Amino acid sequence: MRMLAIFRRELTGYFITPVAYVFIIIFLLLAGIFTFYLGNLYERGQADLTPFFLFHPWLYLFLIPAITMRLWAEERRSGTIELLMTMPIAMIDAVLGKFLAAWAFTGIALALTVPVWITANVLGEPDNGVVLAGYIGSLVMAGAYLAVGACVSSVTRNQVIAFVVSIAILFLFVASGSSIVLNFFQAFAPRAVVDVVSTFSFLTHYTAIAKGVLDLRDIVYFGSVMALALFANAVIVELKKAG
Amino acid sequence: MAGMIEGRSLTKRFGTILAVDDISISVAKGEVLGFLGPNGAGKSTTMKMITGFLPPTAGTAVVCGHDVARDSIAAKRCIGYLPEGAPLYGEMVVRAFLQFVAAVRGITGAARGRAIDRAIALLHLERVLEQPIDTLSKGFKRRVGLAQAILHDPQVLVLDEPTDGLDPNQKHEVRTLIRQMAAEKAIIISTHILEEVDAVCSRAVIIAQGRIIADGSPAALLARSRFHNAVSLTVGSGDRVAILGRLRALPGVAEVEERARADGAAGFVLFPTAGRSLIAEVGALARAEGWPVDELHVDPGRLDDVFRTVTTAQPPPAAGTRH
Repeated sequence: MRMLAIFRRELTGYFITPVAYVFIIIFLLLAGIFTFYLGNLYERGQADLTPFFLFHPWLYLFLIPAITMRLWAEERRSGTIELLMTMPIAMIDAVLGKFLAAWAFTGIALALTVPVWITANVLGEPDNGVVLAGYIGSLVMAGAYLAVGACVSSVTRNQVIAFVVSIAILFLFVASGSSIVLNFFQAFAPRAVVDVVSTFSFLTHYTAIAKGVLDLRDIVYFGSVMALALFANAVIVELKKAG
Repeated sequence: MAGMIEGRSLTKRFGTILAVDDISISVAKGEVLGFLGPNGAGKSTTMKMITGFLPPTAGTAVVCGHDVARDSIAAKRCIGYLPEGAPLYGEMVVRAFLQFVAAVRGITGAARGRAIDRAIALLHLERVLEQPIDTLSKGFKRRVGLAQAILHDPQVLVLDEPTDGLDPNQKHEVRTLIRQMAAEKAIIISTHILEEVDAVCSRAVIIAQGRIIADGSPAALLARSRFHNAVSLTVGSGDRVAILGRLRALPGVAEVEERARADGAAGFVLFPTAGRSLIAEVGALARAEGWPVDELHVDPGRLDDVFRTVTTAQPPPAAGTRH
C-alpha cells in the first residue's frame, strides 16, 4: 500500500520531467542502430533477434545509470529525504518502491522495442519463444543493473557522481565476462579462477538467456544481485542519514 | 500526565562535534513550545531526533507513548513534521503532492479527499493546486510544507521555522492557525523571530551550543530581562540634567539611562531596585514638576534582550570536552 504510493510517485516522476522521453527516444534509437547496423540484422539473413538482445548489456551500461542516478541522490540534495524518512513507512517500502518504479519504467522502454520484433516477424519466422525468453532475460538483467544503480545513488547527493560511479561498477560486472578480461585471466590464472570471474559477470548469465535458454540458475543469479544491492541500498540510506 | 513529546537526555554527536548535549524536554497536549536559539545551536538536530529522522547518539525520544527509535512507525504516524527549509518534491503539482503524502500516510478512500480538502482550506492553497511546486513563491512553498504536516491531523506537530519566508500577513495567518490547533495538540516550533514566541507559544526554551539555557513561559523569560518593570519616560522639553537629577533621587530607582531622541525630546529609562514598581512615583513626580510628558509606560521586558544575554553571556559549556 505505502510502497505503491512511492512506486507511483517515482514512476509518474519520470514522465512529468523530460527524463522519460529523452531516455526512451535514445534507448530506441541506440537499440535500432545496434540491431540493424552493428548487428547486421538484414545481412545475416536470419530472422531472429539475437543481435538485438546481445547489445543490451552494453546499452544498459550507460542508460540504466541515467534512470537510477536521481533515485536517492536527488532526495538527498533537495532534502526531501527528511520528509520521506519521517513518514510512517518501513525502509523496505521506500527502497522497493523506488526500485520497482525504475524497473517498471525500464520495462516500458523495453516494451516499446516491439517494432523490432514485428520487423523480424514480417521478414521471416523467428522462434518467438526465444524472443520471449530474450525479453524476460533482458528485463531481469536490467533489474540487476537498476539495483546496483539505486544503491550507488544512495551514497551521494550528486547525480553526476551517481551516474559515473554506477557506470564504473556496472562495467566491472559486465566486462568480467567479456573475452578480453577472461583471456587476461587465462594467461596466468588457473581455470577455477577464470570460471569464478566469469560467473560473476552479467554477460555470462545473460547470454544463455538471450539465446533462449531460461536457466533457473541465471535467474537466481540476477535475483541475488538485486537482493544484495537493494539490501546495501537500505543500509546505506539508514547509515547516511545518521550523519 | 506525561508529555506527548518527551525528549530524555537527547544527545547528538557528529564526529567530534557535539551538536546536542543532553537536552530533555516535555511537551503536553495544549502546549506550544517555542524553540529558540542562535543558528547552529542544535534546534533542528533536536527536532530531527524527535521526529525519528536522526537516531540520537544517546538518550531517547518518546512521542505519544511510542519510543521513536524502537517503535518508529507508530511514533511517526502521530507526528506532523515540517523539516527545516520545507523540502518538497518540486516537480510535482501541489495536489499530486498532497495525494502522495496522504497515500504514504495510509489515508484512503473518502477520508483522503476530506483530509486534502481540509489542509487546502486551512493553508489557502486553492489557487496553486495545479502548479508545480518549483514554480511557487517561497511563501506558498512553506504553506504546502505546512499542509503536508497537518494533513493527517496529527496529535504532535514539529515545525522547524514555520513562518520563515512568509510576509507579515501570512505570518499572522500561520500563527493563528497554530493557535487554533494548539488546544488539541502538542506543538514544537523553532524560530528566530522573538515576537512569535509571544504570539503563539505557551512556553519557550532557549538553547545555545546544544544545551538548554532557559526554559519557561514567555512572561517568565521576559521577567529575566533587564528591562522588565523598567519605566520609560519621554519628556517633550525641559532641562534634561535637572530632570535626570530628580529622577535619580526617587526612592526605589537603581539606575536611570538617558536615551537620545531624534526629535529633540528627552527620553529616560528608569530601572527599579528589585521588586519595586516605579510608575506611580514617576507619574506623580512628573505632574508635580509640570513636565510635558509625551510618553510614560512600564516595559514588560524585552525578549531579544533576554535572548542576547543568555546566549552570549553563557560560558561555553564543557569547552574542554569539545573537539
